[in-house]
Amino acid sequence: MKLFIKLTHMESIIQGKAYVLGKNIDTDQIIPAEHLVYSLSNPEEVKMYGKYALSGVPLEQGGLPEGGIPFVSEGAHTSPYSIIIAGPNFGCGSSREHAPFSLKVAGARAIIAESYARIFYRNCVDGGFVIPYETSQQLNKLILTGDELSIDMKNNTITNLTQNVTYQLRPLGSVVDIVQAGGIFEYARKNDLMAKSQA
Amino acid sequence: MAQTITQKIFARAANRKFVDVGESVWLNVDVLLTHDVCGPPTFDIFKQEFGPDAKVWNPEKVVVLPDHYIFTANEHAHRNIDLLRQFADEQSLPNYYDVGTDRYRGVCHVALAEEGFNIPGTVLFGTDSHTCTSGAFGMFGSGIGNTDAAFILGTGKLWEKVPESMKFTFEGRMPEYLTAKDLILQILGDIGTDGATYRAMEFDGEAVYSLSMDERMTLCNMAIEAGGMNGIIAVDAVTEAFVKARTTKPFEVFHSDPDASYHSMYRYNVEKLEPVVAQPHSPDNRATVRSVAGTPITKSYIGSCTGGKLTDFMLAAKILKGRKVAVTTNIVPATVLVASQLSTETYEGQTLRSIFEEAGCSIALPSCAACLGGPADTVGRSVDNDVVVSTTNRNFPGRMGSKFAGVYLASPLTAAASAVTGKLTDPRDFL
Ligand code: SF4
Repeated sequence: MKLFIKLTHMESIIQGKAYVLGKNIDTDQIIPAEHLVYSLSNPEEVKMYGKYALSGVPLEQGGLPEGGIPFVSEGAHTSPYSIIIAGPNFGCGSSREHAPFSLKVAGARAIIAESYARIFYRNCVDGGFVIPYETSQQLNKLILTGDELSIDMKNNTITNLTQNVTYQLRPLGSVVDIVQAGGIFEYARKNDLMAKSQA
Repeated sequence: MAQTITQKIFARAANRKFVDVGESVWLNVDVLLTHDVCGPPTFDIFKQEFGPDAKVWNPEKVVVLPDHYIFTANEHAHRNIDLLRQFADEQSLPNYYDVGTDRYRGVCHVALAEEGFNIPGTVLFGTDSHTCTSGAFGMFGSGIGNTDAAFILGTGKLWEKVPESMKFTFEGRMPEYLTAKDLILQILGDIGTDGATYRAMEFDGEAVYSLSMDERMTLCNMAIEAGGMNGIIAVDAVTEAFVKARTTKPFEVFHSDPDASYHSMYRYNVEKLEPVVAQPHSPDNRATVRSVAGTPITKSYIGSCTGGKLTDFMLAAKILKGRKVAVTTNIVPATVLVASQLSTETYEGQTLRSIFEEAGCSIALPSCAACLGGPADTVGRSVDNDVVVSTTNRNFPGRMGSKFAGVYLASPLTAAASAVTGKLTDPRDFL
């Protein structure tokens, strides 16, 4: 049995509703430490990660610009929002991979932030959880929570279908191969890198 | 071609002479560290990817130090420890430090140093963001997630982008009221929580080399709070003596070439710096203690990998000796060794333990405790609208427990001085 639900094939379009956040969203806000005790493989317990995804964000700072909108509503374990829009330094703080995992379990497919903390970024890519796009624009000031978005992965653009505007995204660069493979293991298998080191 | 110390360590681990900033290289890993929170999911992924009977690439190089959720009744936390135990057993891992046995050590980053795993010139990855602490030993240490750790368990390798370096030089003689925590909080206030993202932070200058290994670890520990990939301090006689007393393994010492290029360079004169805090809710929200003095607090917390080492308690004892605390004050030694040193090390003829007990502090068992909140029964956890002055390294909302609490990050001197008055207090008032 697969522990993680990976992207089965690389679709070129990701469409979904926006959930907008501010800057410096750290991993304690993405999944508070008290919930890290649940198993990441038992399907029932895994749901808890969806339930508590982004539950550490102070209520008024979640679902901008209005705020007060939870990512996952009371009693649910998946979110109606699949594209997260945020400011700089998303995923800073502790190295917990439970963070991108919980976003994935809740149903997030992609994040678009001005920048990421290194460990979180690596985790998203190497674990094949969510696709971390960067943007040079402050999209979290332009996109509203609930807007319908469409990411074109071939052309590195995002279109706000609700407002009818398109923005450029930064290309994924050298990690695109790992993203396309669906994670570091898939990538390594394809490229024959899984052998033990001699060191 | 000129290289920084971090580049040279990368080159060694990649079997190359030279690595260029920005290129991604596969590194041979010297040590992989994991603990009770990230160990179980890492082992799960390892088995899923390499097969149920797979063996780790090198059992000697895997170090498992449970430390996060140790003294709690939480059943899920206990299960995590059971999973570590099982894996260590089936893989015959010699470096598993089990809870409830005399092998238990405590907070992983401090225990790594005590046990002689920190070896100059080597590459350490750990499933904990503060793995950068070990950079104090002239080595590369960096945090990773479970998937990356599982990949290392099977292959002994990991890709990493060669970081650009930033250089922070501290000149002058350290005044007695200043600590490594003040230096790193100073930097954080200047460059912000993403000021070093994907970069190496190299610390240099006579003030840095005058610090004990404990203090150097504090400096490197918080490189991640600026988003740094690693913090690093070149090896000197102090490092060599510390390492040689704990391991017989040979090691290579690297220094940055004088003409190596840096992303940026910062210079400070420590004699002009003041004790500072990071105000709620971000480690870069710096203020001088003087400017926020008088702010009422409800708790003082002295512990963690960054603030629960022997040097930290020596500093706290200077202020707490012969005084009483005005608020709940938790003393949380990082490791079993530090806990035992509280009973053997003295300040002005009195043991640290009796100084803290007479002052009215509670002394907890060694572990991460409330540094990261933890289960509801965790010692020192913040509740409701607590205002905590803490020697830990993070003060994001909810980090120490309650989402409504505010945490001021401070040096052990400032945390002790504030404990005595019940208000944020500049340690110079007592020194
Ligand atoms: S003491 Fe705190 S910062 Fe250090 S390893 Fe434990 S939880 Fe992390």
